[in-house]
Amino acid sequence: MLKIEDLHVEVDGKTILKGITLDIAAGEVHAIMGPNGSGKSTLAYVLAGREGYEVTKGSVTYKGQNLLEMEPEIRAAEGVFLGFQYPVAIPGVSNIYFLKAALNAIRKHRGQDPLDAIDFMKLSKEKAGLVQLPDQLTKRSVNDGFSGGEKKRNEIYQMAMLEPSLAILDETDSGLDIDALKVVAEGVNALRGPERAMLVITHYQRLLDYIVPDVVHVLIDGRIVRTGDKNLAKQLERDGYSEVRDAIQP
Amino acid sequence: MSSATESIDAILKKKYDAGFITDIEQEYAPPGLNEDIVRFISAKKEEPEWLLEWRLKAYRRWLEMKEPRWAKVSYPEIDYQDICYYAAPKSKDDAPKSLDEVDPELLATYEKLGIPLHEREVLAGVAVDAVFDSVSVTTTFRKKLSEVGVIFMSFSEAVQEHPELIRKYLGSVVPVSDNFFAALNSAVFSDGSVVYIPKGVRCPMELSTYFRINAAKTGQFERTLIVADEGSYVSYLEGCTAPMRDENQLHAAVVELVAHKDAQIKYSTVQNWYPGDENGKGGIFNFVTKRGLCEGERSKISWTQVETGSAITWKYPSCILKGDDSIGEFYSVALSNHRQQADTGTKMIHLGKNTKSTIISKGISAGHGQQTYRGGVKIMRGASNARNYTQCDSLLIGDKCGAHTVPYVDVRNSTSKLEHEATTSRIGEDQLFYCRQRGLAEEDAVSLIVNGFAKEVLKELPMEFAVEAQKLLGVSLEGAVG
Ligand SMILES: Nc1ncnc2c1ncn2[C@@H]1O[C@H](COP(=O)(O)OP(=O)(O)OP(=O)(O)O)[C@@H](O)[C@H]1O
Ligand SMILES: [Mg+2]
Repeated sequence: MLKIEDLHVEVDGKTILKGITLDIAAGEVHAIMGPNGSGKSTLAYVLAGREGYEVTKGSVTYKGQNLLEMEPEIRAAEGVFLGFQYPVAIPGVSNIYFLKAALNAIRKHRGQDPLDAIDFMKLSKEKAGLVQLPDQLTKRSVNDGFSGGEKKRNEIYQMAMLEPSLAILDETDSGLDIDALKVVAEGVNALRGPERAMLVITHYQRLLDYIVPDVVHVLIDGRIVRTGDKNLAKQLERDGYSEVRDAIQP
Repeated sequence: MSSATESIDAILKKKYDAGFITDIEQEYAPPGLNEDIVRFISAKKEEPEWLLEWRLKAYRRWLEMKEPRWAKVSYPEIDYQDICYYAAPKSKDDAPKSLDEVDPELLATYEKLGIPLHEREVLAGVAVDAVFDSVSVTTTFRKKLSEVGVIFMSFSEAVQEHPELIRKYLGSVVPVSDNFFAALNSAVFSDGSVVYIPKGVRCPMELSTYFRINAAKTGQFERTLIVADEGSYVSYLEGCTAPMRDENQLHAAVVELVAHKDAQIKYSTVQNWYPGDENGKGGIFNFVTKRGLCEGERSKISWTQVETGSAITWKYPSCILKGDDSIGEFYSVALSNHRQQADTGTKMIHLGKNTKSTIISKGISAGHGQQTYRGGVKIMRGASNARNYTQCDSLLIGDKCGAHTVPYVDVRNSTSKLEHEATTSRIGEDQLFYCRQRGLAEEDAVSLIVNGFAKEVLKELPMEFAVEAQKLLGVSLEGAVG
């Protein structure tokens, strides 16, 4: 599904990613862990096509196509979803109106008819239920005045509505209380399937108790320094990054 | 006799024949302005003597006045002698009596503008008074309205049919010498709309006028007069468009509203005059004086405007809150893209006790657009317990545009309360990226964010026009990013 090869990325002339290689097959869930500033969000943004992130070397192939050549909205339409670490507010635009516009733009790209208001509302009710997003939050302006936890829940609700093939979740667990964490994890698990791949960025192994990953990577200073199974996350939780860091010192 | 007067004389004699610059369906007065032109216009409209005198008085005042230059807009000198002050699609003698008689070409133009008169008539229940250049083409729904005593007709007709009404109210809110452009309008106005709502009547439908400037080198100077008698209600909408032309065209309108005791007037504008091209070539110079008088107790006047067009906008719809407990409201969205310049706002003048005013202004600047909010709140000595709330938000798209806020406050009664809030924000790269990540194309994302920004104002518009305004905001911003 996603094949990243020797990816180098610069931001403002500073090299942030220094050769990332990663292969995610359909049906797999990969987790990325790593200390603050190691480049996790940068990787997520590059995959989603954000401006200002310059690929100086390497390639990214998504469903056999060159992902890096696509506009962000085309990537979205092709099934790439990014759950933002810091979702932005859009005052005056209701969540539901926003999502309907997005969903129908994506449907158009796929040659499908737009959903009418009734079908859309039905779908929205179902998906909002999945992450227990209160009805009134779907009607409020996008992320405007939402609490930290509400924003994250809203991201998962949007993901559920858009049914992406590749979901990149950037610290979706940060700021969630323990009950919300379970709810969000259930929402994510409900979307797991043989057709979908996920890249879950997190600082806490706790999330991975609920969303059990197939593969765990450790990203330090723009490089993937370790790859393992879910036990690697447990080990990191116990020992911190210093041991891994020491291991990679020349 | 000067040669200009000679040619007009000749024109007057030859009536509709040679001498007029007539292309297929248009009749013009020759360019230039002098007393004879004023007389010519008045004669064309078969106006009573007092109205001609009124016009001439305005003209003479205008000669003594200077074009205001205090607004934050810059434009080349306007040559008032190079403008035509009268253009009519057809001679008055064979003016259409019904829609069937209207030139199909003309109807097709309206069609293109999205104002299918026929459809509106049947579906929307909107009575449309369409002003094409200077003459009102057709007024629909007149009959239904007259059953409840509502007068809704073109200005020229009203002058003939209800002269006492015109004589009483014309210039009562905006005096001829109010300002340069109002004086000019008073001298040469060619048509417009008149509305009168009798006591206790709630006007059974939205009234609406579409203005369109079609002829080249022609100024449009229309006048609107709306009088709501005691306890009545009316909602009125004006829409404006003009075709693309390389030269600038002048539009100087005057709107006067009078709300008597317990009456309410809701006046909405969707203004889409041609803004000029992206380099600032062409476009309408829009110098408009709009003022409402809350004459009676508990009367209310609301201005809602969506201003997306014009190269230059100079416009301050205002309220004089004379009646005790009267209310004035101003909701505005103004957008300047490319080289457009808008200097717009309102004036709320509190005279009566317990008067209240609300100002919500949303300015959007993109490209090299310049946007100034200019607003005045005046609380006079007798206005005990007056209240004003002003909120003034600016949204910037890109880094070459500008937004400015110029509030004037003059308080002469210490029991009054004023609140003022102002914000400036920029459409963030992060907002755009968020939208695009969800599948929206960049231009749709901009339009969505802008509409969200303007929502508080758009929701004040009648439903069907809100939709139109939303689309207009999107279209006007094409090419604003990227
Ligand atoms: N626009 C920018 N200009 C300069 N440096 C930047 C820019 N954006 C990111 N960086 C730097 O790139 C590095 C990686 O940032 P990134 O946000 O990818 O880290 P992260 O792994 O997601 O961290 P966290 O766990 O704190 O979210 C940081 O040192 C950050 O300061
Ligand atoms: Mg991060």
